[in-house]
Amino acid sequence: MLKIENVNLFYGAIHALHDISFHVAPGEIVTLIGANGAGKTSILHAISSLIPYRDGEVIFSGKKLKKLPAYEIVNMGLAHVPEGRRVFGRMTVKENLDMGAYTRHDTKETHADMQRVFQHFPRLKERRGQLAGTLSGGEQQMLSIGRALMSRPKLLMMDEPSMGLSPILVSEIFSIIREINQEGTTVLLVEQNAHMALSVANRGYVLETGRVVLEGAAKALLNNSEVKRAYLGTA
Amino acid sequence: MILFLNQLINGLHVGSIYALIALGYTMVYGIIKLINFAHGDILMIGAYTIVVTISFMGWPIAVAIIVSILACVLFGVVIERFAYKPLRSSPKISSLITAIGVSMLLQNGAQLIFSPNPKPFPILLNAPPLNLGPLQISFTTILTFAVAIISMISLQGFVSTFKMGKAMRAVSEDMDAAQLMGINANHTITATFAIGCGLAGVGALLYCMAYPTVSPTLGSLPGIKAFIAAVLGGIGIMPGAMLGGFILGIAESLTKGYISSQLSDAVVYGILIIVLLFKPAGLLGKSVSEKV
Ligand SMILES: Nc1ncnc2c1ncn2[C@@H]1O[C@H](COP(=O)(O)OP(=O)(O)OP(=O)(O)O)[C@@H](O)[C@H]1O
Ligand SMILES: [Mg+2]
Repeated sequence: MLKIENVNLFYGAIHALHDISFHVAPGEIVTLIGANGAGKTSILHAISSLIPYRDGEVIFSGKKLKKLPAYEIVNMGLAHVPEGRRVFGRMTVKENLDMGAYTRHDTKETHADMQRVFQHFPRLKERRGQLAGTLSGGEQQMLSIGRALMSRPKLLMMDEPSMGLSPILVSEIFSIIREINQEGTTVLLVEQNAHMALSVANRGYVLETGRVVLEGAAKALLNNSEVKRAYLGTA
Repeated sequence: MILFLNQLINGLHVGSIYALIALGYTMVYGIIKLINFAHGDILMIGAYTIVVTISFMGWPIAVAIIVSILACVLFGVVIERFAYKPLRSSPKISSLITAIGVSMLLQNGAQLIFSPNPKPFPILLNAPPLNLGPLQISFTTILTFAVAIISMISLQGFVSTFKMGKAMRAVSEDMDAAQLMGINANHTITATFAIGCGLAGVGALLYCMAYPTVSPTLGSLPGIKAFIAAVLGGIGIMPGAMLGGFILGIAESLTKGYISSQLSDAVVYGILIIVLLFKPAGLLGKSVSEKV
């Protein structure tokens, strides 16, 4: 469904991504884990065409995305929940969700999808007239996910959805990620919270300083001694 | 009391013009974080278009007005496309200097074509003033106020209901996030320039009805006043621009009435400095600390 082939990305002279390759198959939850600065966000930005990359290809549903402008990608069924939520703070919850459905013209189904988002996140329904900037961090994360779901994506990419949330909210968000996946949406999950990410994912890739250093089934990675030492804090 | 009311009415008159022009500054700043120093000169374009179409070519007033607003829109869009867009990812100072350059280009271009000598602005309407007891309100004042209010309400309606309007708000909050929603930021920026400069076209018309001489530097003064109004209200925030415009107009005209005409600019700058000392982000601006 999504295939990244030998992507190299530079910020000026900084070589941030080295020959990154991985894939996501339909129906999977795949996670990219790695420490601060490993290049996780850069990978998602490259996939979404928010930053240009020097060589390599990103192929989604058989199409190369490299030359597409960022705003055309969501229309292909690829949604991106950016790092740090990035909700539109001076717009209401409802307007944020409307923005998620910006490219859609099927009013009825869009409305049904909004009801589905409200089922996942009842708190958003209560607060739909409230300005997004006044929501709590956890609610903003829910809104950011809900907004991405409004495009009815085939593949949902999430950049550290657990960042800055309390443990209870983190497990809530992760169980919703699982629900979303069970409803048929493929998920690419970027996380620093390796334990949580590997426990919901089918497969995982471990990134270090812009390189994929390990890959495998999530269960296997959870038991891998390297991963345990470096990311799970257990030996 | 009569003096006060008269000056208040005058203040609302110029204030509504400042507000319209300030909206253009603030919308453009909101979306690409650029102070468009050429915005005042768009007024000059609109004013000369009226002079040429009516005084030289004798077109009907309604047609001339539409053409002049369209000329402002066209200039705005072309300036954005060729002067600012290529610099969008360069440091802000480059676009700022470019904006000053565009302003000089427009002023010097007008000087070349129309000579530096002022031209009279044609009389567009001749209606008796409205008498309210001892108060006399000129028809131009009423018209200006009405046109400005209608324009502002339409703009608010546009950005809160229409898809393009909402997209403009989204892009001005977060361009990358907006693109992830499928919003074409370039189109949105073009639309912002078009609307901002269209409002400047309306402002030009109203301004020249109040001060009917047209010269290449016509836009400088209302431009700088409107810019101050936008900063006063909180740059990037549309209701702020309107509020700032009215406050500025009223303060200026009360100073002229009660203190002296020479001091009105000093008062305007004084207000700006005081407001910025206490509220650096402007009256309606929040020093937003986004939750992370
Ligand atoms: N705009 C930029 N300009 C220059 N260098 C950048 C830029 N963005 C990221 N980098 C660098 O690229 C590397 C990868 O950054 P990236 O944000 O992709 O990491 P990350 O894995 O998402 O980290 P985190 O977990 O902190 O979000 C880092 O060394 C970072 O300093
Ligand atoms: Mg990151």
